[in-house]
Amino acid sequence: MGQVKTEAWNGPGEALDVARVREDFPILGESVHGKPLVYLDNAATAQKPRSVIERVARYYETENSNIHRGVHRLSEQATRAYEDARGAVRRFVNAAQDREIVFVRGATEAINLVARCYGGANLEAGDEVVISAMEHHSNIVPWQIICQEKGAILRVIPIDDRGDVVMERYHRLLGPRTRIVALPHVSNALGTVNPVKEMIADAHRQGIPVLVDGAQGAPHAAVDVRDLDCDFYAFSSHKMYGPTGVGVLYGKAALLEAMPPYQGGGDMILTVSFEATEYNALPYKFEAGTPNIAGVIGMGAAVEYLTGLGIEAVSAHEDRVLAYAVERLAGVSGLRFVGTPARRASLVSFVFGDVHAHDIGTILDQEGIAVRTGHHCAMPVMDRFGVPATVRASFACYNTEAEVDVLAEGLEKVRRLFDGV
Amino acid sequence: MSDLRDLYQELILDHNRKPRNFGPLADANRSARGVNPLCGDKVAVHLHVEDGRVTGVSFEGTGCAISIASASVMTESLKERSCDDARELFERFHRMVAADDGAGSAEAGMGKLAAFAGVRDYPARVKCATLAWHTLRAALDGEDKAVSTE
Ligand SMILES: Cc1ncc(COP(=O)(O)O)c(C=O)c1O
Repeated sequence: MGQVKTEAWNGPGEALDVARVREDFPILGESVHGKPLVYLDNAATAQKPRSVIERVARYYETENSNIHRGVHRLSEQATRAYEDARGAVRRFVNAAQDREIVFVRGATEAINLVARCYGGANLEAGDEVVISAMEHHSNIVPWQIICQEKGAILRVIPIDDRGDVVMERYHRLLGPRTRIVALPHVSNALGTVNPVKEMIADAHRQGIPVLVDGAQGAPHAAVDVRDLDCDFYAFSSHKMYGPTGVGVLYGKAALLEAMPPYQGGGDMILTVSFEATEYNALPYKFEAGTPNIAGVIGMGAAVEYLTGLGIEAVSAHEDRVLAYAVERLAGVSGLRFVGTPARRASLVSFVFGDVHAHDIGTILDQEGIAVRTGHHCAMPVMDRFGVPATVRASFACYNTEAEVDVLAEGLEKVRRLFDGV
Repeated sequence: MSDLRDLYQELILDHNRKPRNFGPLADANRSARGVNPLCGDKVAVHLHVEDGRVTGVSFEGTGCAISIASASVMTESLKERSCDDARELFERFHRMVAADDGAGSAEAGMGKLAAFAGVRDYPARVKCATLAWHTLRAALDGEDKAVSTE
């Protein structure tokens, strides 16, 4: 296995004091099978800092009440905390207005919302939706469903052997029937950082809006939705140190305004009679029913935590650990990377001899190492690379080079157990 | 801490390296496919059944060491058993790996299949060990749609 070149995504930043960062995460003190936990499954979900855990507890202990409904003190407090979180998230992605930040259950729901409401209103038979060959299932299936319903066609940008989109094929796919493009900022299976800004500009030249699946983007680098000029940006709180069950759809106000609501219910209306209903303003039009209030407030705390560390510093630290992992693992004989993209973020995906990823996962688990093994909800990517499954190690702000060494040593244990490799 | 050698016994590693009865079965009259959507393991089980007895059996597929070895050992332990016997063996195998009736007693009289008893300490791997068996049952039942471990 030769050296794999990785370019830092964000360039150098201020150094992170990792030892101090680790102390913020109570779970990192746990042991697994008698070994210190080495948590390398951050692309699935990240661990939570104490500040987030305590913020959620404080909400339940001192503020719990429904929002946007009561005139009583608790409800006012909870409403303010909820809306403050919206403001924090808006600043985090540099959106122009709070009303462009819609709270949903996660990236999956955000994409479903756009497919259903934007796709539902704008797709006709023969129209086209463009996605890439490296999507997570959540950026495939919602589009498949709406395309099927409308008689529209799903077009897929191919990827090359390194795991980069083939730009020239992308350009050829954009055409007069293309109604929307949906792309991952960062691939969860390969780690590819897509040139989304350039791809968005390409689509916009033909008047086509672009949704960016930012589930793996937002946790790892500064996202500026206005600089990207994306029309929609979808991401999940739990992958960026916040609670599960909450996420965000950023959408340009003009597009969100023109879309029909997603679900009907309380909070999303102004007036209701049996004859007609007048919908509420943004973002409430898309937030029917009692939302995940604790989750949203926790997400706000997570954003504050990340901002406090400095997202550039986090990014630079992760790039350093990643570069070390690429170099260290390239030296493990029998290991083959799946995906060697020009620019990658925060994760490596690999196979090891002919040992199945699942067996590797079980053996590493005995060493206290948590990695993801399987198809990573990206079966078309596995097919593209001709493997049934890979092992994925993904990094966060608290991971260290020493943990990469533990992983590499764990692989030697796999080799011993499976006689060679 | 359980020892990995209890899970990855030599017999299992050996059947994974050299699966027995692997490939299509020329005179198969029952077949079924199984998938484990969680990890993408796929297996097909082919049977030749005559007068209520399994007279021929083979399997094909891809998967982890546990699922391949389990399929391989299963094919060896099925030949010349009656269909009812085969079903009964599945029940016993399932009880053993899922530890339904407590650890220890279930592997008695299981022969080579007892090598899979260690799986009960790894709940996430029970489906790997039983995929081929679920598929077998579908083949015996004459179901031709793919079975899933989910
Ligand atoms: C690239 C990508 N998109 C979307 C999702 C879906 O996120 P969630 O399950 O939080 O809705 C994930 C999660 O694994 C992902 O990695």
